[in-house]
Amino acid sequence: MSYLSTLTPASAEIFLLVMACVILIVDLFVVNQQKTPTYLLVQFTLMGLAFITLMTHQQGAVHLFHNMFVSDLMSDVLKMVSYLTVSIILVYSRSYLLTRGLFTGEFMVLTLFTLLGMMVMISASHFISMYMGLEVMSLSLYALVALQRDSATATEAAMKYFILGALASGLLLYGMSMLYGATGTLDVAGVSTAIKHGVANPALLVFGLVFVVAGLAFKLGAVPFHMWVPDVYQGAPTPMVMLIGSAPKFAAFAFLMRMLVDGLQPLMGHWSNMLIILAVLSMALGNISAIAQTNIKRMLAYSSIAHIGFFLLGILSGGIDGYSSAMFYIMVYVLMSLGAFGMITLLSHEGYEADTLDAFKGLNQRSPWLAFIMLLLMFSMAGVPPTAGFYAKFSVLESIVNTGHIELAVFAVLLSLVGAYYYLRIVKLMYFDAPESHEPIRIQPDTGLLISLNGLSVLALGMLPSWLMSVCAVSVQQSLLLR
Amino acid sequence: MIFGFPLLSVAIWLPIFFGILVLATGNDRNAPLARILALAGAVLGFLVTLPLYAGFDKSTSAMQFIEFRDWIPHFNIHYHLGIDGISVLFILLNSFFTPLVVLAGWKVIEKRVAQYMAAFLIMSGIVNGVFAALDAMLFYVFWEAMLIPMFLIIGVWGGANRVYAAVKFFLYTLLGSLLMLIAFIYLYRESRGSFAILDYHALAIGMNAQIMIFIAFFMAFAVKVPMFPVHTWLPDAHVEAPTGGSVILAAIMLKVGAYGFLRFSMPIAPDASHELAWVIITLSLIAVVYIGLVALMQSDMKKLVAYSSISHMGFVTLGFFIFNAYGIEGGLLQMISHGFVSGALFLGIGVMYDRVHSRQIADYGGVAHKMPVFAAFFVLFAMANSGLPGTSGFVGEFMVIMGAIQVNFWYALLAASTLIFGAAYTLWMVKRVFFGAVTNEHVAHLTDITLREKLIFAVLAVCVLGMGLYPLPFAEMMHQSVTDLIVHVGHSKL
Repeated sequence: MSYLSTLTPASAEIFLLVMACVILIVDLFVVNQQKTPTYLLVQFTLMGLAFITLMTHQQGAVHLFHNMFVSDLMSDVLKMVSYLTVSIILVYSRSYLLTRGLFTGEFMVLTLFTLLGMMVMISASHFISMYMGLEVMSLSLYALVALQRDSATATEAAMKYFILGALASGLLLYGMSMLYGATGTLDVAGVSTAIKHGVANPALLVFGLVFVVAGLAFKLGAVPFHMWVPDVYQGAPTPMVMLIGSAPKFAAFAFLMRMLVDGLQPLMGHWSNMLIILAVLSMALGNISAIAQTNIKRMLAYSSIAHIGFFLLGILSGGIDGYSSAMFYIMVYVLMSLGAFGMITLLSHEGYEADTLDAFKGLNQRSPWLAFIMLLLMFSMAGVPPTAGFYAKFSVLESIVNTGHIELAVFAVLLSLVGAYYYLRIVKLMYFDAPESHEPIRIQPDTGLLISLNGLSVLALGMLPSWLMSVCAVSVQQSLLLR
Repeated sequence: MIFGFPLLSVAIWLPIFFGILVLATGNDRNAPLARILALAGAVLGFLVTLPLYAGFDKSTSAMQFIEFRDWIPHFNIHYHLGIDGISVLFILLNSFFTPLVVLAGWKVIEKRVAQYMAAFLIMSGIVNGVFAALDAMLFYVFWEAMLIPMFLIIGVWGGANRVYAAVKFFLYTLLGSLLMLIAFIYLYRESRGSFAILDYHALAIGMNAQIMIFIAFFMAFAVKVPMFPVHTWLPDAHVEAPTGGSVILAAIMLKVGAYGFLRFSMPIAPDASHELAWVIITLSLIAVVYIGLVALMQSDMKKLVAYSSISHMGFVTLGFFIFNAYGIEGGLLQMISHGFVSGALFLGIGVMYDRVHSRQIADYGGVAHKMPVFAAFFVLFAMANSGLPGTSGFVGEFMVIMGAIQVNFWYALLAASTLIFGAAYTLWMVKRVFFGAVTNEHVAHLTDITLREKLIFAVLAVCVLGMGLYPLPFAEMMHQSVTDLIVHVGHSKL
């Protein structure tokens, strides 16, 4: 009994694993074509997860399983937003997938396993558990992309995603093994101590670091490791793209924090220089390539590359300010990209994919409210106040200027000017052009409500961003202090 | 605040609230309701700003009607509002123009009426926010937020080439303001965590940093003014915008940039301002002379007035950067006068465009025969535009020339050339459009202005003549603030 009670900090993960297996079995007996019971069970599971995480939250950091697993404020906050993100994705994707016959038990169970992988990543404080979480997440995502198996583009996307993802995992694992060789431990805290005491071979360490950073850059989709991003975004079904582009970013943020900040802080001089290159290239290539796109999913893919560049600026500027600005940035980015992809699923209907820019033509005449929501999302992505995207950019710029890299800040704002152009083009299409079809847009009440909330929350966060900034700052601060 | 009533907040949020209300009326079936609501909001918005004038203490340059609340404690950003003698007049000018713009679009705008009216109301609130903000981030948020409604106004209701103009307008202004953002973040760091504009005024900054800050601000404000050579967005935006959009652009938006020079560039970087004053003066004189000549060659009436605006704004920036009371007060008076005059001219061109659907000078001729009342008004505004004594246009120009001659005779001489060029391009246009024989069918079928239009023009005519004959009420509002600003800018921060 006493052993079981030590497992409490991991009870959310355990609950999710059990529920995912239960749902897999229950789904066999659901005859309903709409899969409503399974769907409700999944949403109930997510609510239960949120409840458990809230209930089991403890002050300070709790380590479990021989330091493999850590539960602190940052991990709990990131898990809570991940639950929320997955829940939102399920609502958005339901009717889209139903009309395409993809709303199956497998979809939902795989989504839950993706979430499980992310949760393990978020709480991992050991190379083994980090890698394990990453693989659980990635393998589920590969399968999700390939779910639409009669679609050639989706299969191609899945292939690309799988091969390049496996390559990235290999790179990461290789780098980890180097670090292990240099320090003799797989524990993040142990690695940090070993480096500080100077027992590790510096050349080997930096060699390992290069591979780790490259592997992470692959997963994040930062230039020059971004090649898979546009193809996967374009080819995969929209709900899967929504999933790939959102919640895993939280897990990746936690991974970066634990690996680079907790473990390899003494090498910050090295990795921050690498991140500068990644950030500058990502912002430049992402923003410039996005201009040339005619497919909105592809455009959003390049936009995500550009946003990752901005996010890396926050990480590399370091300190509580830098990390919390990156955390805030990624939360706001996920909120915006959920809305943008949600809008694509909303405008799509049976036999029609709203994934070209032309699908947004004259939206203001077909549905002024949806056009207004999209307008908010696009201006937020461009970073125009009074939307949340502005404060995300602002807090990153503030931390980068504080570290003295004014030239990086100038470069970043000039490229976000380039970025403003293609977001503006969507607004232009919606408001200035005539619609191609006058077909009324049919929206389910739940998705309609959700997209409204999603868009308005971008505006509300733009008016009152303070509380979320404080949440990020406090959780980063605690996780750094308790190291 | 008067009796604890947050007047500035009301001036900002009341029009925005009405804007949302108007949007809620939905599609064009409810257009009459949208129009009436919009007019009510605009008139109320103007009325609530009147106590700002009545309750203003002219004897001090300190900020008045201050409101101060926490907004984003994480970055020490406050909801901090207040006005001094420089900003109060622009809030009044802006709120004064909103009902006129609503009235001007009353009949003409037929598609998406609610969105059109709402855009102007929201715009009006945001602009009041720009002039009232005393926190740099609050200022920045309002400053950028201005772009969104203006972008939609030009793009949705504009002319043939509207998309190009709207995108050009947006990107040009965004470029300038992003660099300003970095300057703010730098100042935040240097002031150890403050975004209060008044703290920046007192902050000691080295010369190199001052120059960088000055350049960043210059990029933001010069684009908005607009100064030569970053003025090219203005003729496009003006020509393609609907009448109301042109009026707000000319009467209000251009003033925001010039206001920025007085509120930010000069007091925050005084040494750099003196050091680089020659650049601004040169660019201003180029604007006055060269753009004046360009205006002479225009065949499109709106473009002509747009270029004339750039030329007149050159006068304003010239006045600011000669650093004496005549110059700065003259510049400010010129800004207000230019608001009335250019607004009136654009409304007048709008009246003709609504009837003939052409802005080309060549499509008109002898309009005075068919529209005598309208012609009388238009000629008055044209005279004011060319700076005739007795009209508002004369006061500011005369003061700036007086100020310039104290500094350098040649500045004054070149600046004074505007009195010739201005008269030339304006009166030549009037001659070709209004006088002579009736040239074509369209003009022959013109009908004179309606009561609604007469009302708009009469109000503006009273302003133009009133300010020309008795400018003291305007000048005394700003006098103390300008005097103290000059003293402040005279002290080196090094």
